[in-house]
Amino acid sequence: MTPPAVQASGLVKRFGKITALDGFDLKVELGQVVGLLGPNGAGKTTAVRIFGTLLKPDEGTATGAGFDVVKQANDVRATIGLTGQYAAVDEYLTGEENLRMFGDLYHLKPAYVRDRSEELLTLFDLTHAADRPVRTYSGGMRRRLDLASSLIAKPRILFLDEPTTGLDPRSRIDLWNVISELVRDGTTVLLTTQYLEEADRLADDIVVIDHGRVIAQGTSEVLKEQIGGDRIEVTVLQPEHTAKARAALAGLATGEILDEDLHVSVPVSGGSTVLVDAVRALDAQGIEVSDIALRRPTLDDVFLSLTGHSAEDESPNEASKSGRRRR
Amino acid sequence: MSEVMRRPLWGWTLHDGIVIMRRNIIQYTRVPEALFFSLVQPVIFVLLFAYVFGGAIPIPGAESGDQPDAATYRNYLMPGIFGQTVAFAAAASTVGLAEDMKRGLIDRFRSLPMSPPAVLIGRTFADALRQILVLSVLSITGLIVGWRIEGGFGPAVVAYLLLLLFAYTVSWIGAWIGLSVPNTETANTAGLIWLFPLTFLSNAFVPLTALPSWLQTFAAFNPISSLVLAARELFGNPIGIQPDYWPLQNPILYTVLSCSVLIAIFAPLAVRAYRRSSRI
Repeated sequence: MTPPAVQASGLVKRFGKITALDGFDLKVELGQVVGLLGPNGAGKTTAVRIFGTLLKPDEGTATGAGFDVVKQANDVRATIGLTGQYAAVDEYLTGEENLRMFGDLYHLKPAYVRDRSEELLTLFDLTHAADRPVRTYSGGMRRRLDLASSLIAKPRILFLDEPTTGLDPRSRIDLWNVISELVRDGTTVLLTTQYLEEADRLADDIVVIDHGRVIAQGTSEVLKEQIGGDRIEVTVLQPEHTAKARAALAGLATGEILDEDLHVSVPVSGGSTVLVDAVRALDAQGIEVSDIALRRPTLDDVFLSLTGHSAEDESPNEASKSGRRRR
Repeated sequence: MSEVMRRPLWGWTLHDGIVIMRRNIIQYTRVPEALFFSLVQPVIFVLLFAYVFGGAIPIPGAESGDQPDAATYRNYLMPGIFGQTVAFAAAASTVGLAEDMKRGLIDRFRSLPMSPPAVLIGRTFADALRQILVLSVLSITGLIVGWRIEGGFGPAVVAYLLLLLFAYTVSWIGAWIGLSVPNTETANTAGLIWLFPLTFLSNAFVPLTALPSWLQTFAAFNPISSLVLAARELFGNPIGIQPDYWPLQNPILYTVLSCSVLIAIFAPLAVRAYRRSSRI
């Protein structure tokens, strides 16, 4: 029987007084794409660093492709690719020199490294910059080179730690496209993210983590159902219009409509077209609105519904400490 | 995967070390400004010491008359500057590794199936090799201000090799510091601070006989003193009068011994720090 691509059971990791992982369990099958979703300091990065053999757990075990991350660290390293939160490439080397260096350090045959570098530079749209030192690259280009570097040995398992944090929207979408292509090739991916949208876009399965423990797991549909899905939020100008707006939008609602003062909140499905319908419905009734928006569930909503607390409610002191530890 | 070349991990140490060394040497060529200024500093030292202190520091036993003699001092000084300069090679290793850690490169290297000491072996070798260039520029400056090699070709080569061995040794100490400090700002200070007392509490610039006795003992066992003394002897430069300590009677042997001991201590410490290192 093939071992799972990634497995963790009862992982505990403490940094001084802070418990980063507190009985963390996870199982990722080969070819699966799993998104590890959680706020800052939830333990996502600590988990990835343990899978990447960079940290040893205090308790529990973790395996990559069936190899123990502590006892068989080198076998794990030969199987995985790891991309951290910052572009871990050499500033002074060119893009191509970086890829060659990492290929050499994976002990790949020189001819293979040459071909594979070229292939990756093309795939990541970096051919034009292959001979330029990385310090002349933009943030998005660095991230792409960083990801290319972890793919040089065609790893079966890829860990991506917040791959798009700090990127502009355009670069983020570019990187998502590349990751989607890898996934199509059958690479197992475990990615951490703070953005529900990112997990939604890339992952088959989402694991929600908080305070070092898994608190929910499932497909994005399942999780969204738990959260309640999209809502249309309307703010009317006159108090007497609140009830009229309720009535006008009742046809679009997929659940209970909530209202308070000038605000009406309607659960809907069907994405942005439903927003157009809502505007038309309100307009037809002559209801003046000061604001109308389609609100998608955010990470905060996931947290509110799953844990009853917001994703941002860490005490400042704890947050800064864990931030330094795990950023 | 058939594209992977297989051999036991320790068998990759040399290969991986060379890959890293090549990378570090390419870095030097990409920032010629940094290389230039690292050469300017020792040259300024030569000029300052030769022309500012040159006539003020007497070398007992080396001058013909009673008065300090600037030409004698320059010949005495150059091996001292060599010793000081190679000692400061350590700071480059400290800052370089702290930078690598900050950028997440150390994390990436640690996640590769490569030999763990290779990153440090490559770095220390590259930093020591850079000293060949530094020593060349320094030697030319020395020759211009009147320094001469009077001990013959063979001994001069041995002197340069000893200086490079010392540069390699302190690079390991520097590597350990670079991987142990929390950030690059600290690395900038911590990488340098120990080098000042180490180089000045030696015979690099003043004869040991000029120091109070308790400092003299420390300075006599300071490997920089034995290194500089060995270089003076091998270059055929004036050595002055040596106080009675074993390291100063056997400067070459003591230098090689202390370098071996220091590497035996700091290489494992640095590798341990590397394996435990964490950017965060």
